[in-house]
Amino acid sequence: MTSHRIPGRGRVDAGRPVRFTFDGKAYQGLAGDTLASALLANGVHLMGRSFKYHRPRGVVSAGSDEPNALVGTRRGPGRFEPNTRATVQELRDGLDATSQNRWPSLAFDIGAINDRLGSLFSAGFYYKTFMWPRAFWDRVYEPVIRNAAGLGVSPSEPDADRYAARFAHTDILIVGAGPAGLAAALAAGRSGASVMLVDENAEPGGSLLSEPAVVIDGKPAWDWLAATLAELGRLPNVTLMPRTTAIGYYHQNLLGLCQKVTDHLATAPEGAPRERLWKVRAGQVVLAQGALEKPLVFDGNDRPGVMLAGAAQTYLNRHGVKVGDRPAVVTAHDSAWHTAFDLAEAGIKPAAIVDLRPAVDAALVDRARSLGIEVLLGHTATGTQGRLRVKALRVNPLHDGRPGAARSIACDAVLMCGGWTPSLHLFSHTQGRLAWDEALQAYLPGQTNEVVHIAGAGRGLWGIAAVLADGAAAGARAARDAGRMADAQAHTVTADRTGTGVTLKELPTDRNPATAKAFIDFQNDVTAKDIRLAVREGMRSIEHVKRYTTNGMATDQGKMSNINGLMIAADALAKAPPQVGLTTFRPPYTPTTFGTFAGYHQGETFDVTRKTPIDPWAEAAGAVFEPVALWRRAWYFPQAGEDMHAAVARECRATRASLGIFDASTLGKIEVAGPDAVTFMERMYTNPWAKLGVGRCRYGLLLGEDGFIRDDGVIGRLAQDRFHVTTTTGGAARVLNMMEDYLQTEWPELKVWLTSTTEQWATIALNGPNARKLLEPVVEGLDLADAAFPHMAVAECTVAGFPARLFRVSFTGELGFEVNVPARHGRALWETLWQAGQQYGICTYGTETMHVLRAEKGYIIVGQDTDGTLTPDDAGLSWAIGKAKPDFVGKRSLARPDMVAKGRKQLVGLLTEDPKTVLQEGAQIVADPGQPKPMTMLGHVTSSYWSEALGRSIAMAVVVDGRDREGETLHIPMPDGTLKARVVASTVFYDPEGTRLRA
Amino acid sequence: MLLIHCPYCDQDRPELEFAYAGEAHIARPADPSALTDEEWRDFLFIRSNPRGHHFERWRHINGCARFFNAVRETVSDRFLLTYKAGEPRPDLARLTGGTE
Repeated sequence: MTSHRIPGRGRVDAGRPVRFTFDGKAYQGLAGDTLASALLANGVHLMGRSFKYHRPRGVVSAGSDEPNALVGTRRGPGRFEPNTRATVQELRDGLDATSQNRWPSLAFDIGAINDRLGSLFSAGFYYKTFMWPRAFWDRVYEPVIRNAAGLGVSPSEPDADRYAARFAHTDILIVGAGPAGLAAALAAGRSGASVMLVDENAEPGGSLLSEPAVVIDGKPAWDWLAATLAELGRLPNVTLMPRTTAIGYYHQNLLGLCQKVTDHLATAPEGAPRERLWKVRAGQVVLAQGALEKPLVFDGNDRPGVMLAGAAQTYLNRHGVKVGDRPAVVTAHDSAWHTAFDLAEAGIKPAAIVDLRPAVDAALVDRARSLGIEVLLGHTATGTQGRLRVKALRVNPLHDGRPGAARSIACDAVLMCGGWTPSLHLFSHTQGRLAWDEALQAYLPGQTNEVVHIAGAGRGLWGIAAVLADGAAAGARAARDAGRMADAQAHTVTADRTGTGVTLKELPTDRNPATAKAFIDFQNDVTAKDIRLAVREGMRSIEHVKRYTTNGMATDQGKMSNINGLMIAADALAKAPPQVGLTTFRPPYTPTTFGTFAGYHQGETFDVTRKTPIDPWAEAAGAVFEPVALWRRAWYFPQAGEDMHAAVARECRATRASLGIFDASTLGKIEVAGPDAVTFMERMYTNPWAKLGVGRCRYGLLLGEDGFIRDDGVIGRLAQDRFHVTTTTGGAARVLNMMEDYLQTEWPELKVWLTSTTEQWATIALNGPNARKLLEPVVEGLDLADAAFPHMAVAECTVAGFPARLFRVSFTGELGFEVNVPARHGRALWETLWQAGQQYGICTYGTETMHVLRAEKGYIIVGQDTDGTLTPDDAGLSWAIGKAKPDFVGKRSLARPDMVAKGRKQLVGLLTEDPKTVLQEGAQIVADPGQPKPMTMLGHVTSSYWSEALGRSIAMAVVVDGRDREGETLHIPMPDGTLKARVVASTVFYDPEGTRLRA
Repeated sequence: MLLIHCPYCDQDRPELEFAYAGEAHIARPADPSALTDEEWRDFLFIRSNPRGHHFERWRHINGCARFFNAVRETVSDRFLLTYKAGEPRPDLARLTGGTE
């Protein structure tokens, strides 16, 4: 048993010691401890250094609102988490925790020099300090800020954990399993409605865990809690989820929950997710989140050993840990008096109870005196002493609000309470309006559009009896609204701890407030004088004050600082708090790991990988793959000893010399069928379709209504009323969506059916002088001779016994065919053709070779050579426009003044001065490399390759008035020198007459 | 995540099943070539973008795949009504009880 543990107290298990380390030193705690309570049990208050001033800091709270006790936790490789709050990290065997924001050690930290230089770091110091000289920015300020910024250290390894996600629907979701939430769950659960009761803590019970003396329904609080949990456990319609934080409240009662699954376990089960994100759609929501205790704002209120009174009560009653032997209490609310009483009864006599209020309930004073505790009413706290632990508290009597002579109270802990503020965060996520309660001096939930009931301390109630009654009423109301019969059960409470308090700004002091370090936001080191300075410097809106001072912008989202900051800002502005307003709370309620949001979307399951039927063959053949949209496509097929360049050069040579085979199955395919199919095609595509004969194909160009190129592809007419449309691999879904939009909403009278057939067909492209020779023996029902089946013909036939749609098309400039067979036959056909092609030295090629061969012919790739700002004329595709057509999508835009003006970028060819130099795609092009920067950029390189057929590099580029620049030399500035290239108006570099593909 | 009522499926379904498709009741002119450049510009680019009630198109892309129309309050994100494509623009005063 460690020295600060009180035997017989708390809910920890004295028979189950737990070993852990903090900053490398071994400690022992008990099962049921948090890291914070275990450290306190070992007498460790100093747990971190502050963000800006590097001041030594101890734990302030006992919950998720903790701003100071942030540590790094590690569980082997890939399992490091910074900024874990020691107050919510359950102790587990072998827990490895380290303090943050200090060097070389927590007790001696060089960065603490900032504390002496505090005047440099006043509100808005980022904006003031680093303005000049300009040259200092890159070399001094930026690196210094980067080095100093942030709290913990980012993990340096990929996260080794898994994360899960689930959806759920429930009649009633109750957030918070304190007395209000439990009473609501009883009322709702007994009605038969489905209920989810979630709580962020390891154990349900909320404030009851810290208030064992209260008697409910004739039972001590903890017995009542056990009986209530047992009853809820027996109700099959109730799900109780501890360690589950409601992190966000979204539209129509959708709540996000983060459930911690393994962080509390000494050994995580193999394969178990670390955390699970729940998306819950609830018919009714009951928010029973309780209230958060506020610190008091006075000089030195951040010294280790200064903490919230309620936290000390929790450590005492829940964990059996005393936070000091001689604590002093400073308060503006009755609740801290009860903390003092609990401590005294546990044998820890407080040095004094200091209350800002001149008078309090006489019963409290009598009780304090009977316990022998000194009472100082109408006193203020004006300072603390001690370096790594508080040693004394300085207090002054107040006369008409003015401090009198100071006295020092020796102590080893200061327990402060500035009252309680309802937890409004989730309610605020609904864009709900807050209402200022003048009597309570607090914001309460007001109007919202969501179906939500607020219960308990979260709407300003105080005392267990009031909260239980309110919870039961809310639970019953929610159940009735969910269509159930329900009544609010009654609870009798004795030994309740009711009370009141006042809301204050910074405490009155007899010292110079300009040198006081009276903290409001502990995590961001914001003091009262920072807020006042911000107001003096012209900030009027609370949102501006927040950003200028960073008050409430740390990971605790202003849970402790928000109202104190508002009270001080309101005072400085001489306005009432509701006239100043409250800053917006945003999700998540508490810091949440990226893993939780990513869920299953990591590694192999990050996204869908689409594979063609021929993909396994390519993999076995050693293909290197590249992602294209969601597909993975064979990029090139390296043979032993080949790099990419060598493989692609070989694939290009083989295809042009004899025969190449290519898996084109990813091409988007849409079947357009129906009596009005040709009318529909006429309206959608730029080209004319009415006179295209059955059995013929045409290159189709699709524009947006704005006149810019959206997609292209070869389209075959299979029958009068049926077209086989192909699209780009990445554009298939977009094109179908666009077609459906026009068909459903603009031309619903057209009798046309659109069907995506991308995955129904496997497509094998055969290119090269020997393509026909390969196919002829295996094709039945079709004469492949050029006269009978010329370039741009399509027919249905059988290939190697499989039903096929055979296209004579070429994306390489060679004699080419594309065989479409039902996807399930794709692999078999591929292997048949591969075997039969051996006599011609058949070569399998990938997307890179396909790109080179098409670029040699000047065929564009939509999305690479076009970028959403190119018209058909810009791309040199005016020939694809049906000039006689009255209308098609985008036609009117082609006549807009800017679309026909000079100075548009046009697609042209570029030949480098040095034929061995391959330009970089995306490289910018200028006319005059001697021009001072910023230069006038004429365009950029869109496609660039080594052409094996031409023995030199080739490129395409978009260049301002490019076609008028035939023969002009342009310049491409690169980091290691400027390259020269000559413009060729035609992008067809190879076989411009097209004799090869008509062979 | 919003719940959206598909007027074709007649069901409230999660937003994940839907795709937004811009402002509603902007019909493609029957004869675009008859429009001036300014009229065509307005058709292409000019949208009302109101703070308040917005008539807009959605598609139940991961459901029945139909396009339909909706009236949504852009501040609260609340849907007042969804209705089938081709149905007339509803009277806003009637939907909001005459508050607008």
